[in-house]
Amino acid sequence: MSPNTQEGIVDRELRSPSYLQNGTTIRSWLLTTDHKRIGILYAMSITFFFFLGGIAATLIRLELISPTGLFLTNDEYNRAFTLHGIVMVWFFLVPSIPTTLGNFLLPMMIGAKDVAFPRLNLMSWYLFIAGGLLTVLALIAGGVDTGWTFYTPFSTLYSNSHVLLAAMGVFVVGFSSIATGVNFIATVHLLRAKGMTWMRLPLFGWAMYTTSLVMVLATPVLAMSLLLVVAERAFGLPIFDPRSGGDPLLFQHLFWFYSHPAVYIMVLPAFGVVSEIITCEARRRIFGYQFMVYAMVVIAVIGFMVWGHHMFVSGQSAFASLVFSFLSFVIAVPSAIKVFNWTGTLYRGQIRFSAPMLYALGFIGLFTIGGLTGLFLASIPIDVDLTDTYFVVAHFHYIMVGGSVSAFFGGLHFWWPKITGRMYSERLAQFAAISMFFGFNFTFFPQFIMGWMGMPRRYHLYAPEFQPWHVMSSMGAVVLAFGYAWPVFYLGWSLFKGQRAPDNPWDATGLEWQTRSPPPKENFDRTPVVTDGPYKYHPQDSTPHEVEQAQAPQVP
Amino acid sequence: MPPEASTLAPRIDHLMLILVGMSVLIVSLVSALLIVFSIRYRRGSTAKRGRLPEWVSREIEIGWTAATFFVALFIFWFAAALQGAQYKMPKNAMEVHVVAKQWMWKLEHPNGRREINALHVPVGVPVRLVMTSQDVIHSFFVPAFRIKQDVLPGRYTEAWFEAKEVGTYHLFCAEYCGTDHSKMTGGIVVMPRAAYARWSRGVDEHGTLAQQGAQLFRQLGCTGCHGQSARVRAPSLAGIFGRRQPMEGGGFKVADEEYIHDSILQPQKDVVAGYTPVMPSYQGIASEDDVVRLIAYLKTPNGGSVE
Amino acid sequence: MSSDIIIHEPFETAARQKVAVPFGVWSFLATECLFFGGIFLFYAYARWHGGEAFSAGAKETDIWFGSANTFILMTSSLTMAIAERATKEGLVRLARWMLWATIGFGLAFLVVKGFEYRKDISEHLIPGPHFKLEQGPAAQFWAFYWTVTVTHAIHLTIGLGVVGRLLWIDRRGDLAPHATTAEGTALYWHLVDIVWVILYPLLYLVGRP
Ligand code: HEA
Ligand code: HEA
Ligand code: HEC
Ligand code: CUA
Ligand SMILES: [Cu+2]
Repeated sequence: MSPNTQEGIVDRELRSPSYLQNGTTIRSWLLTTDHKRIGILYAMSITFFFFLGGIAATLIRLELISPTGLFLTNDEYNRAFTLHGIVMVWFFLVPSIPTTLGNFLLPMMIGAKDVAFPRLNLMSWYLFIAGGLLTVLALIAGGVDTGWTFYTPFSTLYSNSHVLLAAMGVFVVGFSSIATGVNFIATVHLLRAKGMTWMRLPLFGWAMYTTSLVMVLATPVLAMSLLLVVAERAFGLPIFDPRSGGDPLLFQHLFWFYSHPAVYIMVLPAFGVVSEIITCEARRRIFGYQFMVYAMVVIAVIGFMVWGHHMFVSGQSAFASLVFSFLSFVIAVPSAIKVFNWTGTLYRGQIRFSAPMLYALGFIGLFTIGGLTGLFLASIPIDVDLTDTYFVVAHFHYIMVGGSVSAFFGGLHFWWPKITGRMYSERLAQFAAISMFFGFNFTFFPQFIMGWMGMPRRYHLYAPEFQPWHVMSSMGAVVLAFGYAWPVFYLGWSLFKGQRAPDNPWDATGLEWQTRSPPPKENFDRTPVVTDGPYKYHPQDSTPHEVEQAQAPQVP
Repeated sequence: MPPEASTLAPRIDHLMLILVGMSVLIVSLVSALLIVFSIRYRRGSTAKRGRLPEWVSREIEIGWTAATFFVALFIFWFAAALQGAQYKMPKNAMEVHVVAKQWMWKLEHPNGRREINALHVPVGVPVRLVMTSQDVIHSFFVPAFRIKQDVLPGRYTEAWFEAKEVGTYHLFCAEYCGTDHSKMTGGIVVMPRAAYARWSRGVDEHGTLAQQGAQLFRQLGCTGCHGQSARVRAPSLAGIFGRRQPMEGGGFKVADEEYIHDSILQPQKDVVAGYTPVMPSYQGIASEDDVVRLIAYLKTPNGGSVE
Repeated sequence: MSSDIIIHEPFETAARQKVAVPFGVWSFLATECLFFGGIFLFYAYARWHGGEAFSAGAKETDIWFGSANTFILMTSSLTMAIAERATKEGLVRLARWMLWATIGFGLAFLVVKGFEYRKDISEHLIPGPHFKLEQGPAAQFWAFYWTVTVTHAIHLTIGLGVVGRLLWIDRRGDLAPHATTAEGTALYWHLVDIVWVILYPLLYLVGRP
């Protein structure tokens, strides 16, 4: 997969300007249809929301230091975790990798000039901003207190907070997701460069594709369930109200029909990022490419059939629970394929422990723990005990924070030179990655233990015997917060003072590396033609030992 | 490890320990591989590299896919077997009615004794909880018993436990229900049988649940239609509980708690064949507690046949 | 056949660009199906549990308005289909007329719907304190009626917008090269129709012998 763009040294002055220099007015950014610039717009927006959600997390962790709370009232605490959940899920993690790295890289990885519908792409960002504004408005107006799950009849009939605003915010941002999904599906189908067959697609491309499928098919159901909530709450139409024969469980079915697939929207992109990093930094072809592809497809499909595992104690029938439990175990198999294949990729590699690689290795470990505890929850008798306790909180933070957020940071570092054209300080980045890993475990491992002891979630006040664990968790959160805040400084510094990045600093094989850093507006100076599968890190017949030893740069 | 205070708890813990053991194994395996490979194949090391024979990849792939599948299947089967035990209601259980509301638990013993945010039960006696909510969804959670069940408005859910050890245990509301969700807690007091007998003989000036129900039956005017000498044509409620009733528009419904509950609060929902649906809804007139009493009364052998 | 399609970023070939819009719209239609799927699930549930009383609610809808609207919308589908074909064949005048007809029918639908709403409101068919029927399954039927018809009407209004956009493109004088846009618009318009065709029996025929 090496298009020959290196032919002859073209003078820097003669080449078209990079996408960053191609217009520098605010207007040229806000009206851009360049997928790379839209990726940057998204990156700035989700960073804002990440810190907003992080501030809520800080409040939560501070409050929970003492069993009687410190400075928030019960209502304020409820608003804090609701805001935290809503913002982190819909305004940070769901869009994170697809809309930033995905937007930036997907067209480049398949050798296209842009996504299939550039204007739709821009519109999706504006929808995102509109949804975000509604949510921020809900926050300013006084907040929401339903939990991110909006369970009825509490959300429709009993809550006296700004449910409508928040629900509309999530509704609107849902359409932004759908627009991105439609766009990516069309892009992958229609815009692959000559020679880029499906089975030559990098795994990141596959990850974007499967994620988009899930987005397009799951998100509308969320939109409808929120619409029904709005209809009942704003207009008093009896929909879920049990007093008119409605069923609150119907809402839960609709909600989880979206929200379980949504967890794969949050983790599949991370799979993609990690696959790219590991192959490059271990200089190995991915172990079992085809299995990796099928695993993602299977996860995306079966992901639609397990939603009922969130409702084991809700009063659904025992038989339904059994089926959902079974399918939840089935989904462990493709996940296992992924974990083992990443591990297998390391075998006989040339491993370099750069910051992105540290994030990726951390991802594998933490995702495995998160996934296995998911299996605890998928076992009905155990879930009956553990559901709605901190065990669940720990489970999903392991996958979403330890897993997906780590992968996002890994990807951000990995592609940073390509995106900005600057290098960052490797040492400082490694330090951030390591403190994130330890801070993370320190924060969330105690939560497994207290969950097992019976600490219910969404509890502002709690029984004193849980305090030691909460204190531990809050202390870990300090380290974790440092791990997240730290990159802001050295990455910010690199933006202005960092060394100029070469076109392909990691000596990677992806098409996105075969162009300039930062890339020109139309991505490639010469349209690439693909002749080979991805990850050609070691030529067929020579042992990588000989090749790499001679070629690979020996940085750290 | 939280106290194991019910007969179910040790069995759940057993399964839990198996899962923990298995997870530790898998995590160790994965991290051992990660670490060993990382060290052995770090860049610049002299370990032997080279191409993998084609078959290695495929065989290994199929091998670990199958292995994972069987392990998963095994755990599922193991857990499902336990699920059976969890859902099987013991027959001769003592029945306690639970009505949840924002933000308190109201518990009623069969003999009419009421408690708020506390439940006294005898040790070694199976207890069946019949639960409903007056407003939003709550969840009845006793960590020491390893039981949890959501409590829904407009329908009855059930759970059961048999306490094994005397003591006081946490009762939590585990489903988020608004402002004071975290204060919707209480205690389960497990007492020796003799002590429980003494306790439950204490004041109960209101009579048993069924007796209170009989009184309500008259007060709310049910007798006006369902009584022997009523002028309105309404079905007789004598011995109604557990009967299969023909429905207008075809089919049968068993008159269980849920059915009677709905018949009182949403009479339009299931109309008995051959009757005009003139029964008014008691929504807002009879509270969930009242409905619990009415049902207790209709369950007694000659319930519904008073004048 | 007008094959003088302008190739624009990011496409390299006309063939690819031609399928892009329909492809995107089809994916979006998959989304719409699941969107309406959610509320149909609610309908199925409420009807299953509500039994007779639910159908009793359905008896109150006005079948005349409903049928008239079905007729109007079916016709608009026809005009839209003609418009699309005409664009493809380069018959701009015919396409223009048919687009105007489509917009006319769409507006007529909304007007009829407006009259129907007025009647419903005057008969107190909005669930709430003054609801004409018993609260309960009948009210659930009407909750469904209002939510789904308003949602459908919004879809139709958006449909009017995209059809209007075609006319605007025509005004600029380059409708012919925009055959794929016309195709996408037609797909969307047909979806809005199909949803109505499903709604018609659910709303107006249930509860009638
Ligand atoms: C990115 C997010 C993400 C991901 C990927 C997952 C993945 C999984 N989740 Fe998780 N989950 C959440 C986010 C996520 N979850 C959230 C947010 C909630 C709470 C929502 C709320 O209530 O607020 C939740 C809640 C939740 C519940 C409900 C808990 C409750 O409320 O009672 C359950 C129950 O079954 C569950 C199960 C699973 C399973 C089986 C997987 C599987 O996909 C995991 C598969 C992975 C592995 C198994 C590890 C790798 C495998 C190996 C190393 C091989 C070895 C394995 C074997 C031999 C079997 N999850
Ligand atoms: C998707 C992503 C996501 C992410 C990234 C996080 C990140 C974090 N979450 Fe999140 N969490 C959820 C999703 C997420 N969470 C969801 C869905 C829920 C359920 C909500 C519900 O019940 O409805 C939840 C609930 C939840 C709870 C349970 C609340 C309860 O049930 O009562 C807790 C408690 O510890 C918690 C903690 C944290 C912490 C410490 C982080 C940390 O990783 C965050 C660290 C980041 C920062 C701290 C910001 C960056 C650092 C700085 C800005 C430095 C300086 C800051 C200050 C000095 C203010 N979360
Ligand atoms: C105005 C007359 C009237 C009053 C008052 C009335 N009912 Fe009824 N009830 C009926 C009629 C008529 C039916 C049969 C039609 C139906 O199922 O709706 C009925 C049905 C029932 C049924 C279902 C019977 C079956 O055979 O399946 C129950 C249970 C019931 N009523 C309980 C009560 C209770 C408890 C009260 C008082 C709180 C009450 N009713 C008050 C008229 C009345
Ligand atoms: Cu009641 Cu939470
Ligand atoms: Cu799930």
